[in-house]
Amino acid sequence: MATTINVSVNGKKYQDEVEGRLLLVHYLRDKLRLTGTHVGCDTSSCGACTILVDGKAVKSCTMLAAQADGATIKTIEGMAEKGKLHPLQEGFKEKHGLQCGFCTPGMIMTAANLLEDNPHPSDEEIRHALEGNFCRCTGYHNIVEAIKYAADKSKGGDIEHADAKELEKPLFEVPS
Amino acid sequence: MRPFVFTQAQNQEQALAAAAANETAKYLGGGTNLIDLMKEDVERPSELIEVAGLGFQEIKSNQNGGYTLGAMLSNADTANHPDIRRHYPLLSMAMLSAATAQIRNMATNGGNLLQRTRCPYFYETSMPCNKREPGSGCGARNGMNALHAIFGWNEQCVAVNPSDMCVALAAIGAKVQVQRVNGTTRTIDFSDFHRLPGDQPEADNTLQPNELITAIELPKPAFSKHYYYLKIRERSSYAFALISVAAGLQIENGTIVRAGLAMGGVAHKPWKLTRAEEFLTGKLPQTKNFEQAAELAMREARPLEDNEYKVEMGKKAIVRALTQAYEKNA
Ligand SMILES: Cc1cc2nc3c(=O)[nH]c(=O)nc-3n(C[C@H](O)[C@H](O)[C@H](O)COP(=O)(O)OP(=O)(O)OC[C@H]3O[C@@H](n4cnc5c(N)ncnc54)[C@H](O)[C@@H]3O)c2cc1C
Ligand code: SF4
Ligand code: FES
Ligand code: FES
Repeated sequence: MATTINVSVNGKKYQDEVEGRLLLVHYLRDKLRLTGTHVGCDTSSCGACTILVDGKAVKSCTMLAAQADGATIKTIEGMAEKGKLHPLQEGFKEKHGLQCGFCTPGMIMTAANLLEDNPHPSDEEIRHALEGNFCRCTGYHNIVEAIKYAADKSKGGDIEHADAKELEKPLFEVPS
Repeated sequence: MRPFVFTQAQNQEQALAAAAANETAKYLGGGTNLIDLMKEDVERPSELIEVAGLGFQEIKSNQNGGYTLGAMLSNADTANHPDIRRHYPLLSMAMLSAATAQIRNMATNGGNLLQRTRCPYFYETSMPCNKREPGSGCGARNGMNALHAIFGWNEQCVAVNPSDMCVALAAIGAKVQVQRVNGTTRTIDFSDFHRLPGDQPEADNTLQPNELITAIELPKPAFSKHYYYLKIRERSSYAFALISVAAGLQIENGTIVRAGLAMGGVAHKPWKLTRAEEFLTGKLPQTKNFEQAAELAMREARPLEDNEYKVEMGKKAIVRALTQAYEKNA
């Protein structure tokens, strides 16, 4: 039996019929084609699927799409604004916070929630906040650096967005 | 995952009526435990009744000096609430040691009370497990049981309750408020909320069918100064406790006037250390008293094949938690 959901994703409103058991991550990836949110473990362990639901970081592999009815969702695709990278994205780029990149969207969304609650976290607070995000490549050191970069950058007011020509066109065409 | 009907209840009456109308329906809090178990085919509800949006999201102070925590409030919002941090830091500390930021954002207080055991045999549907499938046997009793109980188990089930929050609630002495289909409510003492396996290992607690948890009641704060939640695990973050100890001390003029002490990872329910609490009352906060309390607490431990380590670890953990509790703000 289908349920109708209304959600806002990265500022766009959607109304869809979803089956009860459809996971939110599959709704985002398969239905909305927002494939920046990854599925690593599918058991709420690895954090690759982390997104913001009403501003809070959650693991979208253990949430039903139906549970998101009425919610405002942000995924990694919604972080850059007007062709400018979000300071966290810029931090990951500048500080080499990624290697294969699989964990990165989840890391960034978790870090976004952290910086919202605690704009100037200590190294230890960053590491504690990332406890539910696994990275198999970097050893975490540069991820912590990347988040500190973003925290420094946004000190004293509105977040500034860096230039990013790369963002102006998609890397590949997504079939609709 | 098997298909099911998703029901969005508009209010508590609707939720209760939907539950009463379908024996195989389940309430859905944050879903962090239930959805996981449905993916594993361990839980197979035919309907989920979402209760996270029904309200019950408040933290209120009561006339008796205690507090009421809404059952549908998230673990994160509860643990980080200024009143809870200030008056019940033991509870905050225990809750923040659990799971991860994302899971605490989703998980509700009511759901946390009902989270199911992490016994690996319970999760593996090809294995016998009396909890999952009554009468099929207990895989862990003579299998791999390093993570299992040392108190209160029987041949039917040797599993432990995995919740950190519940260990702190046991030490503090909370109550659980539930709403019934017929419109009445009841309040359950925390020590009567979870149960030992007995001859019904499938039942983790004493809730009756369809009862909806609406709140957790906390008594007047007693351990806001001297408290500690010690969680011992296989890695230092993001793991369930092998053993945990929630310790609270109320000290007046250098003497302990009240102790709250409970252990996690040792029994089918949060294990309240009543005898040790009584022993400590009226004593000085000194190592030798902490050690005696620990001896008393562990006297009746009955380890299994693979978990004898928990007895010694448990004693040391009690002494350390009490010492840290005392030294905090000493
Ligand atoms: C990877 C991972 C690691 C974790 N680590 C820890 C840890 O270290 N320590 C720890 O303590 N916990 C840990 N948890 C468990 C987590 O705390 C629980 O999953 C969570 O508290 C459950 O809350 P929920 O609201 O999501 O419950 P749900 O999954 O929604 O529900 C759980 C059960 O409660 C019932 N229910 C829910 N709300 C109500 C209500 N109001 N009235 C009646 N019944 C209700 C449901 O029907 C279901 O049976 C971990 C979880 C995961 C996934
Ligand atoms: S200990 Fe309990 S949960 Fe684990 S296999 Fe035995 S009956 Fe099942
Ligand atoms: S894919 Fe969701 S936590 Fe790993
Ligand atoms: S960069 Fe490869 S998993 Fe983190």
